[in-house]
Amino acid sequence: MLQVASPDPMVPQVMRIVTRRKDAPDVFTLRLEPEGDDLPAFAPGQFNMLTAFGVGESAISVSGDPAKGDGIVHTIRTVGAVSRALAGLRKGDTLGLRGPFGVGWPMEALEGKDVVLLAGGIGLAPLRPVIYRLLAERDRFGEVAILYGTRSPGDILYLRELESWRRRLDIDLLVTVDHAADDWHGHVGVVTTLLPRVAFDPENTVALLCGPEIMMRFGVQALGNAGVPDEAIYVSMERNMKCAIGLCGHCQFSPVFICKDGPVFRYDRIRYHLALKEL
Amino acid sequence: MDTGREQAVLTVDGVDALFAALRDQGYRVVGPTLRDQAIVYDDISGAADLPRGWTDEQDGGHYRLTRRDDDALFGYVVGPHSWKQFLHPPRQRLWSARREDGGTEVTAEVTPPGRFAFIGVRACELNAIAIQDRVFLGGPFADPHYQARREDAFFVAVNCGQAGGTCFCASMKTGPKVEAGFDLALTEILDDGGSRFLVEIGSDAGRDVLVSLPKTAATEQDRSVASEIVARTTRSMGREMPDGDIRELLLANLEHSRWDDVAERCLTCGNCTMVCPTCFCTTVEDASDLAGVETSRERRWDSCFTMDFSYIHGGSVRTSARSRYRQWMTHKLATWIDQFGSSGCVGCGRCITWCPVGIDITEEVRAIRGGG
Ligand SMILES: Cc1cc2nc3c(=O)[nH]c(=O)nc-3n(C[C@H](O)[C@H](O)[C@H](O)COP(=O)(O)OP(=O)(O)OC[C@H]3O[C@@H](n4cnc5c(N)ncnc54)[C@H](O)[C@@H]3O)c2cc1C
Ligand code: SF4
Ligand code: SF4
Repeated sequence: MLQVASPDPMVPQVMRIVTRRKDAPDVFTLRLEPEGDDLPAFAPGQFNMLTAFGVGESAISVSGDPAKGDGIVHTIRTVGAVSRALAGLRKGDTLGLRGPFGVGWPMEALEGKDVVLLAGGIGLAPLRPVIYRLLAERDRFGEVAILYGTRSPGDILYLRELESWRRRLDIDLLVTVDHAADDWHGHVGVVTTLLPRVAFDPENTVALLCGPEIMMRFGVQALGNAGVPDEAIYVSMERNMKCAIGLCGHCQFSPVFICKDGPVFRYDRIRYHLALKEL
Repeated sequence: MDTGREQAVLTVDGVDALFAALRDQGYRVVGPTLRDQAIVYDDISGAADLPRGWTDEQDGGHYRLTRRDDDALFGYVVGPHSWKQFLHPPRQRLWSARREDGGTEVTAEVTPPGRFAFIGVRACELNAIAIQDRVFLGGPFADPHYQARREDAFFVAVNCGQAGGTCFCASMKTGPKVEAGFDLALTEILDDGGSRFLVEIGSDAGRDVLVSLPKTAATEQDRSVASEIVARTTRSMGREMPDGDIRELLLANLEHSRWDDVAERCLTCGNCTMVCPTCFCTTVEDASDLAGVETSRERRWDSCFTMDFSYIHGGSVRTSARSRYRQWMTHKLATWIDQFGSSGCVGCGRCITWCPVGIDITEEVRAIRGGG
């Protein structure tokens, strides 16, 4: 009856920071390599639990390219104790990692479809592995639209990469900001306002959404208005997590555990619960 | 009581000999004992440590010990403790780490086998343990600490001779008769001669211990008296969970006005979650020495009634008492079934007894079913 739990899923492995890059005033990206054992392969949309030793642990999505074997990449926004402690680490420092965990983006469901990505703020990070895959295997997908909204021009993540993607002819990439000074010549407004500007066939589209819950609610609505059915929309959910393996109880969202049944859910499957307050 | 299992009869001295035999086999013997005017679970050295001749009076928000007019060893029901404090203790170190020479060494905390012999485990409690087994061992990730404590535990179960004022195991189909998951099961038979115990064998380990004890053969009369005891207990349940599909009822009523009503009474103290034998939620806490060289992480019981429980950057998801009580009760009685294949409630009544304002989970269900 009893199965063996080894290695202990609550014990982090030690990782070393190989590069650290600042993306925005409060966002940074770390590339990590294991000190000991190799990492298991990860899928786009999965996350790791990162430990700042002596401070605590946070759920952070993988933001690097799954096809590249050069370590594990995480993009982190500083909001509180753990992320601040992680922000204080430098190249060569160590941190703890458990993972990867969760069910990621439905990569097979994208094949042959038009793909719309809707990202808000740090929500671009968990979608970046999808973008790498879409670009690497561009022929397997229809139209590709990447719509990204963030607070201000200074908060735009992965600036150089975005610029190179923007120049490609085979994808649409649009960026919008909530507010900007006069020297910004791009879009201002919420990310959903970009939707009418890109081409996709609503009946043959799969949309992936990641960002603040409020942004996802509006995003789903806008996609629905454009004719994309709920079954073709996927969202990545966030809830407090203390274990990531379904044992701490924190991330329950009515019947599901966000950590192991998600974080990515097909929208029609959680639509009912998302509509209820304080669930 | 004809259960198809082999049976024998022990005296009070025989029960004492059972505890000694278990100790000789290297078990840590834990059972009910009196402390601070409650019956709690702790290490016991013999039958003399049991709350002999005591019983408990229980009602919503009420618990009081009184003297029985006999010397029953097990003449009470369940108290504020449950076996989860041994199998899933309130605090558990997970690992420690040491920073040295620019690197970090992490050492996993290894929990040695618990080798517990639990004495006086009731039917509802065996069911609660089976539920926590599914939580901690049944998923893709097992908890090695629970596993180590649980693995070789020995269960001396007891068929309840009376039901408590807040018990409702009969309506949850989790008691009062112990059905599975025990090594030995006792039914205490009280008559002019004092107590004797009909013992049922539930496992090979149980048989091995029992054969070594002074015992007599069980008679037809013993069996029928024991059956009648369990039947009487079934008839005397203090509470009853309404029948019907409770999962469906609650999930169809997530916006029912009763949640506002219970929120007026609930103090969000979390007592119900602490005493519940199936509640398993935890949080973690990291510690560090001043230099940040030695660090560690500890897991401890948490409660869905706290604000922190659902905190994500920017605020808690469940700020109202309404949403937190709703989370607790719908998890217990409804979504637990989706997650682990059974209800999360075994009808032990602890949450009713130990709620400072006497909120009664069966009454809340009844109110929602009633449509008020
Ligand atoms: C599946 C998943 C993927 C995530 N991916 C990323 C990512 O790629 N980059 C990134 O910057 N952030 C990500 N987050 C959010 C990140 O986990 C939180 O910002 C972080 O835990 C905040 O911790 P803190 O101690 O710095 O902040 P505090 O505000 O001090 O938080 C205290 C505690 O609350 C909990 N908590 C707070 N906010 C969140 C939250 N949004 N989600 C879950 N738990 C939270 C954590 O347990 C945290 O330790 C992700 C969250 C989830 C659930
Ligand atoms: S919910 Fe209440 S009655 Fe049910 S098992 Fe938990 S404490 Fe016992
Ligand atoms: S139901 Fe009772 S025990 Fe539970 S949190 Fe509310 S007041 Fe406390």
